Amino acid sequence: MTPEMKAFILLSVVKMVVVFTIIMVGVALLTLLERKVSAWMQNRHGPNRVGWAGLLQPAADGVKNILKEETFPAEANRGLFLVAPALSFIPALLTSGVIPFAAPLPLDFDFTLPLLGRFAWHGPMPMVVADVPVGFLFVLAISSLGVYGIALAGWASNSKYALLGGLRAAAQMISYEVAMGMSLIPVLLMSGNVSLAEIVSRQQVGGPITWYVIPLFLSFFIFLVSGFAETNRLPFDLPEAESELIAGYHTEYSAMKFSFFFIAEYANVVTVCAMVTTLFFGGWDIPFTDWDRSGGLLPTLATWLVFFLKVLFWVFVVMWIRWTLPRFRYDQLMALGWKVLMPLALTYIMVVAVALYLIERVAGLTNPVAVSLAMLGLNVVVAILVFGLLDSGIFIHGSAQRQGVLEQRAERAGTGG
Amino acid sequence: MAIGVKVLKRPERQVSYIRATLKGMALTFKHMLEKKVTMQYPEQKSTDREHGMPDYSLSSRWRGTHRMLTDEQGRSKCVACGLCPQICPDNCIMLVPGEDEEGHRYPLIYEIDEFRCIFCGYCQEVCPEEAIHVGVHFENAEYSRGRFVYDLERLSAQAHPVSTLWDPSDPKGE
Repeated sequence: MTPEMKAFILLSVVKMVVVFTIIMVGVALLTLLERKVSAWMQNRHGPNRVGWAGLLQPAADGVKNILKEETFPAEANRGLFLVAPALSFIPALLTSGVIPFAAPLPLDFDFTLPLLGRFAWHGPMPMVVADVPVGFLFVLAISSLGVYGIALAGWASNSKYALLGGLRAAAQMISYEVAMGMSLIPVLLMSGNVSLAEIVSRQQVGGPITWYVIPLFLSFFIFLVSGFAETNRLPFDLPEAESELIAGYHTEYSAMKFSFFFIAEYANVVTVCAMVTTLFFGGWDIPFTDWDRSGGLLPTLATWLVFFLKVLFWVFVVMWIRWTLPRFRYDQLMALGWKVLMPLALTYIMVVAVALYLIERVAGLTNPVAVSLAMLGLNVVVAILVFGLLDSGIFIHGSAQRQGVLEQRAERAGTGG
Repeated sequence: MAIGVKVLKRPERQVSYIRATLKGMALTFKHMLEKKVTMQYPEQKSTDREHGMPDYSLSSRWRGTHRMLTDEQGRSKCVACGLCPQICPDNCIMLVPGEDEEGHRYPLIYEIDEFRCIFCGYCQEVCPEEAIHVGVHFENAEYSRGRFVYDLERLSAQAHPVSTLWDPSDPKGE
């Protein structure tokens, strides 16, 4: 094995440990943040007894969950029942491995360890656990695996509530997967690449103007909405709708197995927020400056912090929405996914493709900032059109329209009979 | 349509609810910045005079843990007349009267079982010497059931304010 290879393995292991630790600790703290945010929005204080301002609450919860009894429902499928939490937990953590979280760190070392031999590394180290050239596709592929864990948990529990929750999760996640994937194709059209590192570097050219949220606003909107549905968060938390399904797919789970579902949910939220940041908000880019790409330890740390803050903001938005909106009805959820978001995403792909062809090939604009601004103009028009049309009551079946249909039907029944 | 069902007019426009969502988000955000309404219980108590949360003060008519008042010499004011065990609806007061050399009656044993007590306040109302009172106090948790039988010494040692009870001439407490 060459010294470079060994150094690569060493660095990868270090990055894995660091990223995994940060995600796990972060997820634990997010459970606290969720309770705090919910409390603040209801004029309460939230947990503030364990540790300073309640910071040790997640630790107390963790200890409690480890000490609790593991219960198995009668007639449950033991094997699948045990495997399901892991199946939803692993994909949730896997996706974080390909998201670049900071500027590459230039490293230069060459040392020899006893028994292990020589390690050597020269050049920038990408700040991502695995710098996969198809990172984008990897995230989409892995994130759709999470549904297996939830569906199996619902099926293996031998409980009607869990089964209904699992079925809903499967239908919902598969439906929104389509809209989510479609909404990201414009990003590929803009960047011409599926490597997340490349997508980030494309967005860095013109500070915040070339962040893809500006030329591809509608994509961002669809991605955000389907992201909520993919992570089973309110207003789309039908798989665990507590008012009707007790706790949905994890009704029968106790102790640490339940915790695993919880961790998986928050890890998925982090992943979706990291994806929003990476794809639409310039990843680790610090706006209005080129210093972040100059290389060195300081830019790496600064970009890391900026990435963290961006993700944290989106996590906050997720919680904010949760404590603002009520839950959708199941048919409304399906109608939104299939009848609104998917056609919208498909149309948007066409619009973006045509617009990019006109701007880049026919008009000959190649400056990314100019392209971005031209796309912004297009987006304003598209956004006004889309939201105007949505609000007009033609595409979304408001209850007024439904009422009209019912009245017509009653009238027809009256005259026909 | 069934009788008595109120049919609301459904919105015909703005059915994407984007505006409604944003409005709702603004509202929840506004609430985040508002003053918290929770009382921090062990630090702030509704029995404290100065807890800074006037809405949470206990009423002066609150009937809680009993208290026996004492005179200047530290003896209980009770004259062992036996009215309170007589009126007590659930028999929670045990009184054994005694008499000293000068002929003053005093309680040899005076015990209140706080478990049986329903905190009606009749004992305070009936007491001719204003000795036994119900108090504006509620923290009486104990580690054993036996500790809930309060003897005379313990009743006299209580220091919380006593209840003003309900005054028929001033029904609203003004």
